[in-house]
Amino acid sequence: MELLYSICVGVLVACGIFLILRARSFPIVLGLTMLSYAVNLFLFASGRLWINKAAILSNSTEYADPLPQALVLTAIVIGFAMTAFAVILAIRARADLGNDYVNSQEQPALKTGKRN
Amino acid sequence: MQHLVVFLILFPLISALFLLLPPCGKNVAIRRISACCLSLITLAISLIVLCQVIAQGPISYAIGNWQAPFGIVLLADQLAVILTSLTAFLTCCCVLYSCAGDDNKGNFFHPLVQFLMMGVNGAFLTGDIFNLFVFFEVLLIASYALLMHAGDKQNTRAALHYVVINLIGSAIFLIALGTLYGVVGSLNMVDMANKISQLTGDDVYIAKIGGSLLLIVFALKAALLPLHLWLPNTYSTAMPVIAALFAIMTKVGIYSLLRVYNLLFAENSGQLAAMGQNVIWIAALATIVVGAIGVLASQNMRKLVSNLVLVSVGTLAALVSLQQVNATAAAIYYLVHSTLVCAALFLLVDLIARQRGKVADRITTGRAINQPFILGFGFFIAALSVIGMPPLSGFVGKIWILKTTYEHQAYQSFWPVYLTASLILLIAITRAGSIVFWQNKNSPTDKADVNNAKAVHPAQLVATYALVLASPLMVIFAKPLTKFCQDAAMQLHNIQLLTQTVGGLS
Repeated sequence: MELLYSICVGVLVACGIFLILRARSFPIVLGLTMLSYAVNLFLFASGRLWINKAAILSNSTEYADPLPQALVLTAIVIGFAMTAFAVILAIRARADLGNDYVNSQEQPALKTGKRN
Repeated sequence: MQHLVVFLILFPLISALFLLLPPCGKNVAIRRISACCLSLITLAISLIVLCQVIAQGPISYAIGNWQAPFGIVLLADQLAVILTSLTAFLTCCCVLYSCAGDDNKGNFFHPLVQFLMMGVNGAFLTGDIFNLFVFFEVLLIASYALLMHAGDKQNTRAALHYVVINLIGSAIFLIALGTLYGVVGSLNMVDMANKISQLTGDDVYIAKIGGSLLLIVFALKAALLPLHLWLPNTYSTAMPVIAALFAIMTKVGIYSLLRVYNLLFAENSGQLAAMGQNVIWIAALATIVVGAIGVLASQNMRKLVSNLVLVSVGTLAALVSLQQVNATAAAIYYLVHSTLVCAALFLLVDLIARQRGKVADRITTGRAINQPFILGFGFFIAALSVIGMPPLSGFVGKIWILKTTYEHQAYQSFWPVYLTASLILLIAITRAGSIVFWQNKNSPTDKADVNNAKAVHPAQLVATYALVLASPLMVIFAKPLTKFCQDAAMQLHNIQLLTQTVGGLS
């Protein structure tokens, strides 16, 4: 399970970084979302992975580390709010700048493209 | 009285909510007066806590009375409270300045400023590294919204860069926290410091990775060299009063470096002692160089001041990386000085730009300024101070910095870089100042324009001069302040004292 879990986190991070490097605002928002999922999974794993231990319930004697769960909960809430802000900002940037390039420069037209 | 520490965070929150409610939300005059009063009250609370800390030593406040290391603890040592007082003072000045009309150019200026103050105060006071992340996010989201305040196209692009970079920074921060928690099993900074020193085997390497990631995040917030590119654009496109307020935000990064590197990776933390010291040292020197080049290359005054912020960050980071009590004390003095002076310069540049018509803050020949003496005097003092010429606070800071680097055998690389940078600063700022104030086109139409230009609003003048005059005051009271900074540095480096203060740690 550890291997599967770590591959999952790794793939999410890789996809996130790839999308962020596209330097266009909507792929970046998607990339940030993926990165934050990866981060949440990673944080959850930082309290070790348990198969037969539940969260703290009333009388359970065996339970998983509760602190990472609290951290993940906070991180999810914050990450969600930040992503929402990034989406709104991306929309506003699209409206203000007329395109979704982060550096606001059209890529040079291909030489084989249409003239006039 | 024992609950005052938590009020440093709660009170800005309450005042932000209060400023959103009907009587303040509708009426501009009431909103302005109450915003000023509420900021002053926060300043007063901060000063009272400062007196308490001086009298009794560091205070730890267990929120909800849950004891450390599992509960969340606020740790108000002298450095933290000095910085919250600095924040509150800066906020008071900026709020007063904005009352001359800047606050009405967009929505919710005053509540956002209060939220920003809440985040910054929280980041300074928290003794728990996860809450450092939470308060970073609080101050960042307020800063995102403030950055967009009264914004145009240029502003949107700068804001997008700033937001994306900081979101990536937050992700790295969380990964670093997860890594460190996985190894150490605690998030309370003092507790972590004690546990990290006992690590052995492979855990050391994992903790090292966590620490390095943390270094990246703090370098990003502080704008250290490879991660500094967002700063000049962001600060020069934001509204000047907001840029002045942001002068404290790079210092949050420096504070976190100071705190984390002197607690978690201090001299006595076993195999991880002095981790990243060389990296920070080199990055700091490079930041000074790049900042100085940026100052020289700036086409307008706002870019120039933004690059001055970079130089001050580099200087501070160099002092942090020495990890010595003397160096930390010098860093604290220089931190307070540079925050106040850079904020003052942002405000002065705004006032100058308003009186120069179309030329605004570009460093070229333009029409004369309406009130050259008032603004010129302020600029003269602030510029001398930021360069580090005698007799102002920059000079005291500079001498102290040179002395500590000499004592710790770091002068061979630091002195040439720092002194050359100061010379470049002197040249660039003198040039900018003389062009802006002396080289005027005085054609007849310009003269008519000059008389039409609006005089400085009294609120703006008071706010700006409060910041400018802080520098001479820091020289007049240099002796007690030096002692004070040394005490703060001693507390920061004294892990036993902090462990006792927090209590309940095994």
